[in-house]
Amino acid sequence: MAATRESILGILSDVKDPELPMIDVVELGIVRDVSFDDGHLTIDITPTYSGCPAMQVIEQEIVATLASHGFADARVRMVYSPAWTTDWMSEAGREKLRAHGIAPPHLVEHSGGGIAELVSLRRAKPTTECPFCGSSNTTEKSEFGSTACKSIHFCNSCHQPFDHFKSF
Amino acid sequence: MLGHRLSEWCGHGPILEEDIALANIALDLIGQATLFLKLAGETEGKGRSEDALAYFRDAIDYRNVELVEMPNGDYAYTMVRQFLFDVFSYHMLEQLQKSTNPALAGIAAKGFKEVRYHVRHSSEWVVRMGDGTEESHTRAQKALDDLWRLTAEMFQADDIDREMAAEGIGPDIAAIEPKWRAVVDDVMKRATLTIPNDPPAMTGGRKGRHTEYLGHMLSEMQIVARSYPGAEW
Repeated sequence: MAATRESILGILSDVKDPELPMIDVVELGIVRDVSFDDGHLTIDITPTYSGCPAMQVIEQEIVATLASHGFADARVRMVYSPAWTTDWMSEAGREKLRAHGIAPPHLVEHSGGGIAELVSLRRAKPTTECPFCGSSNTTEKSEFGSTACKSIHFCNSCHQPFDHFKSF
Repeated sequence: MLGHRLSEWCGHGPILEEDIALANIALDLIGQATLFLKLAGETEGKGRSEDALAYFRDAIDYRNVELVEMPNGDYAYTMVRQFLFDVFSYHMLEQLQKSTNPALAGIAAKGFKEVRYHVRHSSEWVVRMGDGTEESHTRAQKALDDLWRLTAEMFQADDIDREMAAEGIGPDIAAIEPKWRAVVDDVMKRATLTIPNDPPAMTGGRKGRHTEYLGHMLSEMQIVARSYPGAEW
């Protein structure tokens, strides 16, 4: 078998996130490992959020896509640790989000602020640039958006509401 | 349980952003519950799936604290209940990440990241409503007065909890209380709300003796699965 980790990752780049179809599962950073055990192909993926409804679809898509490339017995294993972070999203993936009007995640801060930082209405929030006009003059409207992974923002410069892929 | 309660707000939230926020938080909680129940079913080894445990157990076999089965009430009641639970959940999952059981530690690590967002959301609403108008303050204080006596149950360790803690599988839940209390005190002070001096209520949720509310809630939550057992789509 001539399949390599790279060629498998190449095939997996055909599997898109059903809720963010501009970005594939490799760019999203949820493919954690590709392994061959006695010729059986196993793909380790990790969920984004515990309740993300896209995970089941992604799992089925990975199996179907690999099958269509001749890997009929490939299986998907769900791994939970270490927990997924948006820091694993590739640069190309971030740019695709931006091009589609979704501000990409910031690098996750390890501020060590603990609980004190969690309960203040005045806590400093990182500036999220508008994906349409690039302005930094934006306002966070809600930390919860149309999917588990996004928050809702408004650009005060171009007056456009936009989604932000939360740093997680 | 709390995930299902919150889902009852879907389509009824006071503003669109809050409707969406509660649906998101409900989804996180139901997702966490799914992972825990799946692991419980695998550990039990009798072939029960997460769905079997969620939809085919009766109230007497549920082990949730009574706080999370209380009806939603008004928005102040929902948010105060959420805050009191979120701060517990935050500290519990923080500890559970250190579990000697790697599967539990992995689920906890994921959930812990999600609960950070939940604590922020509920604590900020408690402050806004407590330190808001006379009306919002009155409602938030009433919610705290009603719910406070149910909070002690979260920290009452039973024999199983003690055994789990001794083996390093679960956290020492009694030791979480002072950490929880410090955060709750801080937020209630900012919210200008007064913590009542009432003794803990007699509760039995963790032994399967629930309030009357749980049965009504389960009847709605379980009816589709029980009407069409084994259905798939």
